[in-house]
Amino acid sequence: MTDTAKNLVEVKNLKKYFSINTGFFKSKQLKAVDDVSFSIKKGETLGLVGESGCGKTTVGRTLMQLYKPTAGSIVYDGKQIKTPSDISEFRKKAAIVFQDPYSSLNPRMTVSDIIGEPLDIHKAYENKQERRERILSLMQKVGLNSEHASRYAHEFSGGQRQRIGIARALAIRPEFVVCDEPVSALDVSIQAQVINMFDELQNDMDLTYLFIAHDILVVRHISDRIAVMYLGKLVEVADADEIYEHPLHPYTRSLMSSVPYPDPKIARENKRIVLSGDIPSPLNAPSGCPFRTRCPHAAEICAQSMPSLSEAATGHAVACHRLKEIS
Amino acid sequence: MKKSAFSLHVDLESFMPASAEDKEYMVQMRPSSTFFKDGIKRLRRNKVAIVSFYIVLFITLASIVLPMLWPYSYESMLGVVPGKPVDASYNNLSPFKYGSTELRKIEAGEKVFPHVFGTDSSGRDYFIRVVYGARISLSVGFFASIIVLVIGLTIGAISGYFGGKVDLILMRIVDIIYSLPDMLMIILLASVLRVSLGPAIENTIFAKLGSNVISLFIVFGALYWVSMSRLIRGQILNLREQEYVLAARASGARGPRIITKHLLPNCMSVIIISTALQIPSAIFTESYLSFLGLGVNAPMPSLGSLASEALNGLTTYPYRLVIPAIVISLIVLSLNLFGDGLRDAFDPKLRT
Ligand SMILES: Nc1ncnc2c1ncn2[C@@H]1O[C@H](COP(=O)(O)OP(=O)(O)O)[C@@H](O)[C@H]1O
Ligand code: SF4
Ligand SMILES: [Mg+2]
Repeated sequence: MTDTAKNLVEVKNLKKYFSINTGFFKSKQLKAVDDVSFSIKKGETLGLVGESGCGKTTVGRTLMQLYKPTAGSIVYDGKQIKTPSDISEFRKKAAIVFQDPYSSLNPRMTVSDIIGEPLDIHKAYENKQERRERILSLMQKVGLNSEHASRYAHEFSGGQRQRIGIARALAIRPEFVVCDEPVSALDVSIQAQVINMFDELQNDMDLTYLFIAHDILVVRHISDRIAVMYLGKLVEVADADEIYEHPLHPYTRSLMSSVPYPDPKIARENKRIVLSGDIPSPLNAPSGCPFRTRCPHAAEICAQSMPSLSEAATGHAVACHRLKEIS
Repeated sequence: MKKSAFSLHVDLESFMPASAEDKEYMVQMRPSSTFFKDGIKRLRRNKVAIVSFYIVLFITLASIVLPMLWPYSYESMLGVVPGKPVDASYNNLSPFKYGSTELRKIEAGEKVFPHVFGTDSSGRDYFIRVVYGARISLSVGFFASIIVLVIGLTIGAISGYFGGKVDLILMRIVDIIYSLPDMLMIILLASVLRVSLGPAIENTIFAKLGSNVISLFIVFGALYWVSMSRLIRGQILNLREQEYVLAARASGARGPRIITKHLLPNCMSVIIISTALQIPSAIFTESYLSFLGLGVNAPMPSLGSLASEALNGLTTYPYRLVIPAIVISLIVLSLNLFGDGLRDAFDPKLRT
């Protein structure tokens, strides 16, 4: 990765609010994603981590234009995506892999039709023969037996189904892929295989990833940079190794301290920070810093204003008022 | 460990871990089975459904084939011969009895085809009228269900797919129709349409069908689609949230493709099952409308109008009421049982 590489994806002040009915004619705004900005360079992998329910999926789907953003802009390859024609242009270059390998495959379609669907939509082949060849080579690429092309998805295991979903995402030869917790529904024994496959595919096909996970360990190896999310907001963004070795935000620190170390000596020295309380509901998020209800360093200022994400060191952005006092 | 001969303990030594090839083999060798094949397999195991299916098939085939082979027609009055006075001996014949001219033929050694169920009060062969009535009832039921299906599917799919205001308005219309007393509406509509439709369709192909049959279809089309559309809407609303639909949208799929490739195939079983269950209810409605004199136009018989005509001579010829009643019951019961079997085989979740 060179610093001169240009940004492929730029997300600026993205907001996605859902309105939730709380009674007759009453509704409330659920701020699933609240003012999130980040960028991904060409060929890079940005890992997005955070607890379940913090809005990672919503970021991925809004970025993929599956949800209409409430506010903010998404710039792809230097061009802002606004009109329907921008969106259909964008869909020729970007793809998404879903979390649930079961509900993400249509039970009434054969594997070859599932993988072939993006090709059909974008009329990416001249004749049936070419379509078939492309589907078979995609299946091979993700490690599926091409004899199974005419089978239905329910005949496959979770890992195999996720491979089908990956082949579908790769069908249009995308430049950018959003991977929404692609391994969290899989057996631990298979997770590593699939992650390695993502890694190989990235080298092979020159892909750029937004790789979502709730576990920082999962994304550590595949990510160049990692963004940590809490209650709809980004709290820390840095290089993967940097964030792993020098986490700055109190939330990231608590995440890191719960990571099991293989070496018991280090593990003993490494004091565990146990968070008190539960993650608040995004329906009534705390004022100011979203983390203040559980932060061991919370002070008065934390309730008054939201700390902005600003560089603490080069390439290491943190959103915390009391960074200096803590470190 | 020594194992007693009667012990139920599993002998661990007879197990060994599957090798990678074994696992691969298991995955490959299981025969490919589609949702449809699975459903058919389950349906086959349901004896009641299969018997019902054959009964329906038998009645349907009989009502198609028999009128072509039978020597009598449903409308010809056997005692009426042009240029001669009406021969009343043909009216109200008991089963396997003959009219005066037929008796003479038999004496002369000719073969005469028997009147299996006798004749009615106008001297028409009753058997063929029952067969014809079954044909009319079945086809009214079938086409009415198709109409209900088309309207219900279209409105339900639009409502579920677009949601929002469209859904709100359509579902309020559905609620209104739902809250109407349907018997009353059917009778009112049928009697209004009977009067207004007659002149309108004169000299068109519809005239042959008769205004009553058309008004029956209109009644079904106008009233019975609501439950179908509610059902489809619920299904679509549910399916729309599935990740494979999002995946299709992420690949650039638009409305028509999403509806035809993803939403409809996944609620196909619901559609087929509820259409199958709609047929008997339409037959039933047709029968009682005909019984009330609002059904098919005379001389065309339907099972309902046959039963209604039989009321006049109920004490003398009770079988004339019993026969069409049995045929109606048999058709409605078999169709219902078969529909239930379909539902259990293809969509057990739908059972209520
Ligand atoms: N379609 C939706 N309608 C309403 N609320 C939603 C919807 N999708 C997600 N949410 C809410 O937004 C929040 C973030 O969800 P999500 O993005 O799925 O989190 P994550 O992927 O990090 O687990 C959750 O509180 C969830 O309940
Ligand atoms: S801003 Fe305050 S509450 Fe938030 S993380 Fe920093 S110290 Fe904790
Ligand atoms: Mg998620």
